[in-house]
Amino acid sequence: MLIRRPDDILPSEITPREVYFNRRQWMAGAAGLALAASLPKGLEAAPLSAAKSPFSTDEKKTSREDVTSYNNYYEFGTGKEDPAAKAGSLKTSPWTVKVDGMVGKPAEFALEDLIKSSPLEERIYRMRCVEGWSMVIPWVGFPLADLVKRVEPLGSAKYVAFETAFRPDEMPGLDSIFPVLEWPYVEGLRLDEAMNPLTLLAVGLYGETLPNQNGAPIRLVVPWKYGFKGIKSITRISFVEKQPPTSWNKQAPSEYGFYANVNPNVDHPRWSQATERRIGEGGLFAKRRPTLMFNGYAEQVASLYAGMDLRKLY
Amino acid sequence: MVGRASVQSEKKGFALPQVPKIAVYIVGFIPAVWLFYAGIDDRLGADPMRYLEQALGLWALRFLIATLAITPLRQLFNVNLLRYRRALGLLAFYYAALHLTTYLVLDQGLDMAAIVADIVKRPYITIGMATFVILIPLAVTSNNAAIRRMGGQAWAKLHRLVYVAAIGAALHFLLVVKSWPPEPLVYAAIVAALLGYRLVRPMVKKPSPRRRPA
Repeated sequence: MLIRRPDDILPSEITPREVYFNRRQWMAGAAGLALAASLPKGLEAAPLSAAKSPFSTDEKKTSREDVTSYNNYYEFGTGKEDPAAKAGSLKTSPWTVKVDGMVGKPAEFALEDLIKSSPLEERIYRMRCVEGWSMVIPWVGFPLADLVKRVEPLGSAKYVAFETAFRPDEMPGLDSIFPVLEWPYVEGLRLDEAMNPLTLLAVGLYGETLPNQNGAPIRLVVPWKYGFKGIKSITRISFVEKQPPTSWNKQAPSEYGFYANVNPNVDHPRWSQATERRIGEGGLFAKRRPTLMFNGYAEQVASLYAGMDLRKLY
Repeated sequence: MVGRASVQSEKKGFALPQVPKIAVYIVGFIPAVWLFYAGIDDRLGADPMRYLEQALGLWALRFLIATLAITPLRQLFNVNLLRYRRALGLLAFYYAALHLTTYLVLDQGLDMAAIVADIVKRPYITIGMATFVILIPLAVTSNNAAIRRMGGQAWAKLHRLVYVAAIGAALHFLLVVKSWPPEPLVYAAIVAALLGYRLVRPMVKKPSPRRRPA
């Protein structure tokens, strides 16, 4: 009978502990992927009930498929398909939004409390990207003004600053060797812009909670401004006295202003803003349509900018 | 033994199978055919026109890079693909023409006022147009009759314009995007390396081509 003594097993033959555990992790990951692949997209999305709004447009909505597969969310890569492919790694629950700065009642809100404390509305808005394309998106959310009133801004507060989550472990774009922007992504509004009834904190689209690629769990929607003002996955809102820095403005000040109002008469230095292509309209042979001043919301917002030179304050 | 084998392989170069040139054209046009088919079949995503336009431009740049890679491949790695260079260069021109046509017809809907304004006011479109214009004489003279008529030296001199075209194409790509995403930077780096090689080589190369035994 031949019984090997333990010494006969070379140490090199034994699978190292890390490799062994790695393999297990890999298998768990693979199983998870297989499961995820077998489920329909957006299964985690929960339905949200929302009241209709007079601010909604009756234009044809862009398909859910296009709205959720063609995104700019550079924390997950610069390709339009990157966010849909990679944003699943962002953990959106639990989620808190810290509200601080010049307010009487600073607070750290749990997302559920924010959603519960304001009645949700469906707002079907046009969305005009600075790149020259547009969509019509049925957002679900509540006016930012509701939150602003609740925290009681002090008289000295003139601007509202926003910040996106900064999570290198969950956002592959943050590790890129080509840093596209300075992270975290930051945006800002003048207080009167923040108080405008059109300005929305969106928590859903198409009657369900936001998919990650669209900025889950809570994002800003300012329909008369270029899309990049609509900061995603907000973790912090600060009330400040001076105009806050904004990400694209820092990256290229001559190309992207603080205001970034949709304006067909003021071109981007490198391309025209006079026309746009509506996504999902006519496929390959879609015709451009003229871009409207303030993206068609002039009636509600033009007065905010009375007397301002919009060529200088683009 | 080992030494001899290596000398021999260097003399012979890699034994590349002789593929007929027409095969390069056929394979080269597969992306274009697929792109147009997928575009009409609504399989190019949410913004099919933009996808088609960008993909055709990217293929033009790739073929331009392939054309420029022929000489360093031969000089550095002894891989001789010279007989396919004309096909690759012409493919670059054809893709640039398809890219331009897509811009004129599908993107701008032949709105001449908008197109002229774009060419005059937008540096990336000015550069793109200029690059295409540069490629025209090169494409027109990419045949044996033209080489005979012009004489080899004049022909070679004219075709050095391809270096300008490559710089133009890389710049055009860099200027069309927001910020500095990786893809156009990588292509610009490849073009820079291929052109830099041509600048540096005459300085580095020893005057005597004879190899001395080690």
